[in-house]
Amino acid sequence: MNARLEAPVFDLAIVGAGPAGMAAAVEAAARGLAAVVLDEQPAPGGQIWRNIEASGGRASLGGSYAKGAAHAAAFRAAVADYRPGTLVWHVETADHEPARLWLMQGERVGQLRARRVLIAPGATERPVPVPGWTLPGAMTVGALQTLLKGAEVVPSAPVVLAGNGPLLYLTAVQLAACGARIAAVLWTAPPGAWRGAVPHLPGFLASGTWRAGLGLMRDFRALGIRVVRDVAAIEITGDGRAEAVRYRTAGGASGEIATGLVALHEGVIPATNLARAIGCEHLWDEAQAAFRPRLGPWGQTSVEGVLIAGDGGGIAGADAAPLAGRLAVLGAAHALGRLTLPERDGLAAPLRRDLDRILRGRAFIDRLYPPRLARAALPDAVVVCRCEEVTAGAVRGAVASGAQGPNQIKAFLRCGMGPCQGRFCDPTVTRLIAEARGVPEAEVGQFRLRPPVKPVPLTAFAAAGEEVA
Amino acid sequence: MSGARFRRLAETGRPRVAITVDGAPVEAMQGDTLMTAILTARGRLRVSEFGDGPRAGFCLMGACQDCWVRLEDGRRLRACTTFAEAGMAILTGAEEGADAF
Amino acid sequence: MNTADVIVIGGGIHGCSTALHCRLRGLSVVVVEKDHVARHASGVNAGGVRRLNRHPAEIPLAMASAALWQRIEDLVHDDCGYRQTGQIRVAEGEPGLAAIAARRRLVEGLGYSHEQWIGPEELFELVPAISRHCLGALWTADDGHADPTRTTRAFARQAAALGAEFLTPCRAGMPRRAGGGWQVPTDRGTFSGAQVVNCAGAWGGAVAAALGEPVPIEPIAPMMLVTARMAPFVDPVVASFDRMISFKQSPNGSVVIGGGWRSRAEPDANRAHVEFGELHRLIGTTLDLFPVMRGARIVRSWAGIEGAMPDAIPVIGPSMTAPGVIHAFGFSAHGFQLGPIGGAIVADLVESGATSLPIEPFSIARFAGQAWREAS
Repeated sequence: MNARLEAPVFDLAIVGAGPAGMAAAVEAAARGLAAVVLDEQPAPGGQIWRNIEASGGRASLGGSYAKGAAHAAAFRAAVADYRPGTLVWHVETADHEPARLWLMQGERVGQLRARRVLIAPGATERPVPVPGWTLPGAMTVGALQTLLKGAEVVPSAPVVLAGNGPLLYLTAVQLAACGARIAAVLWTAPPGAWRGAVPHLPGFLASGTWRAGLGLMRDFRALGIRVVRDVAAIEITGDGRAEAVRYRTAGGASGEIATGLVALHEGVIPATNLARAIGCEHLWDEAQAAFRPRLGPWGQTSVEGVLIAGDGGGIAGADAAPLAGRLAVLGAAHALGRLTLPERDGLAAPLRRDLDRILRGRAFIDRLYPPRLARAALPDAVVVCRCEEVTAGAVRGAVASGAQGPNQIKAFLRCGMGPCQGRFCDPTVTRLIAEARGVPEAEVGQFRLRPPVKPVPLTAFAAAGEEVA
Repeated sequence: MSGARFRRLAETGRPRVAITVDGAPVEAMQGDTLMTAILTARGRLRVSEFGDGPRAGFCLMGACQDCWVRLEDGRRLRACTTFAEAGMAILTGAEEGADAF
Repeated sequence: MNTADVIVIGGGIHGCSTALHCRLRGLSVVVVEKDHVARHASGVNAGGVRRLNRHPAEIPLAMASAALWQRIEDLVHDDCGYRQTGQIRVAEGEPGLAAIAARRRLVEGLGYSHEQWIGPEELFELVPAISRHCLGALWTADDGHADPTRTTRAFARQAAALGAEFLTPCRAGMPRRAGGGWQVPTDRGTFSGAQVVNCAGAWGGAVAAALGEPVPIEPIAPMMLVTARMAPFVDPVVASFDRMISFKQSPNGSVVIGGGWRSRAEPDANRAHVEFGELHRLIGTTLDLFPVMRGARIVRSWAGIEGAMPDAIPVIGPSMTAPGVIHAFGFSAHGFQLGPIGGAIVADLVESGATSLPIEPFSIARFAGQAWREAS
């Protein structure tokens, strides 16, 4: 077909304009690569620096947010071909040929080709399925932060935050600074978690990230918010919308807080959907209790020509992501013959040193904030798959009747077949199968994903067809 | 029906954009996503087409796909990543089950 | 050494049905499946239970299979999601009308009455959502569709409940003669049996070739698109005489769109890719036929690996070179409806060397020597 030949060929397609993608674009420009940056968001910054340009790094959102402004400015200055509002919903790869990227921009499908594809998809919040989590008024903490950063709106009534992790502290501080009321924090990190973290303390101290962390905790404490510690289980209740949250601590204490809004958060996990749909191999990361792609030192996946950088390759945070993005571009530039080996390694050395230092601090944080609600025994009645409304009990039933893996569960129950493509049930399904079969999650694996990675209107294709014809 | 789920921080002078939600006029601001426009006006976003009742969006970053709404002209849009445009007539599927897709 | 009366290679619907029918006759069975039951064509087809527009040679088998579908729950203790919604094949233009006329002459000439002409008014009443440019259709009222994975698994489960042994995932090597019977090496040791059944689908040609009777099978990967759930708007499965499309709304509301669009099959790598560049015409046809689809979103696509024969009908029957081996493969993307009867036919052949159904047209002998190449 003619259209296939006509699609332009780039040296490098960068998918995502968050910390990793923006830095990669800057590096690509410095190395003279013909690069295109494709990002679903309307403006650069990714999730962590969402709306950074318009908000000017609003002071109430804190220093880690303000840092993004400089990255965005450097990106704007360097990038030659930046396409915001562009969803990459499929990448076709073939050995020794440029990859073909399928796009949706506005309401039209399009395509381009690239010799290397660098995916910088970032992270998504770890799904925290609890009873009542589909009610209006149950959201993720990240969603509150998104509304705050992107739309400058805050909850109109007191909110309960449930879970643990740095982002929960940060969002509480940000919300409070913007005048929102926080009824309580239901903190789920076990009090003994620090014991497991202590051996990793030297790395954390060496990483330098402790300064920001301590400051954040001090700010949080200063708010004087009610904190219920060692929460082991919660339930969101209400008739047609959230009206209250019940909790139980590991010590057996229980209580109920009236609230119309409960925000859940137990850390973030790599956003792997596009990489998995392409066929990149993934492995189970026990320390982070999540799957991540298997990557080489330059971000190479198991699929030739496809690279990954940033949190999408394993959670390391917004300081690490730009370094990983630049390293991946250096590797690609060498592979494409634009850098000699000594040039590549010379440019990479300082980046790798900084990256290694940051990574050394990560294990401490992972141990300090382990997921708990997301790993707790799940009642049969809880909806696991929000799209198809499949319950934990149904998944267990399917395992009992012989479904040994996620793909069979999908075929049995349609679990993970809905519009979110398993983003919000995948980890839970894998865990439920692992529990039922008494095997590790690594052995169970994940859903095999099919393109498109996000829904594409039929009419968008028809437009492409007319173009081709 | 509960009241507005979210309120705006001190607003700058962004132009107003008039849309309707299930026939009722709603005043959005330029640059609002449909999600913002709807949830600053009311308590929920849509009704789950086939299952267990109302939803109000969940992740707001284009991942969970739990916030699709439809327009009167039949188009479907993801509320958390689509900007409000003047004249949009949004249906949240509240009126009845069978036609609510 | 493990032994069984019958060793079945392939855990698709024909392999599982063969296992069930053999067990019903008291024969011991082992099924060797390299992935899991219903992994390829049997699990990822559109689930059409269709006699409409079948190859004339297949009609008697499809009729017999339809009788088994009627009592599918008695057979496998699961309703398999089977629904008799009817199947419709519309004419959109003069070529389609001419094709319908020719088809009616053919089918009625053979003495069948299951395919009925319906004019536009009746069509629009049966399928209110279809575009008014359609001129009429052939209709088989008691055709329908079922859930392919669930059906195939139900056959496997019932066969296993009756004592069939399923080895999954377990790769089978090529059968070799041993004394008066056969040995099949597998990942879990060598199995010996009196008879071997080749239900290996797209991989069935390799088995036949190893037995000295190569066939011109082509691995194909029919592509399918699935939409997010929509409120119910169409009952029958709809196809067209003028354009390649098959259109079905599942009971859960999602719409499955296919129709034979092929992508790259890589049977050796066990994978198939969807090639979206090929699909814009299918999507255009969809929007033409069902205007309601302007509000639809594609959430998933897939391509499953199937074996297609050049004459588009399967190989069913005894090997010409290897006594004790029976073939049932190459169903060419329309073998799902034939599943229930296919296993019964193979069990007949295993038990007595003969079956009452007319399977001569499916003999592997049609590809022997130069005969096929000359005929084509």
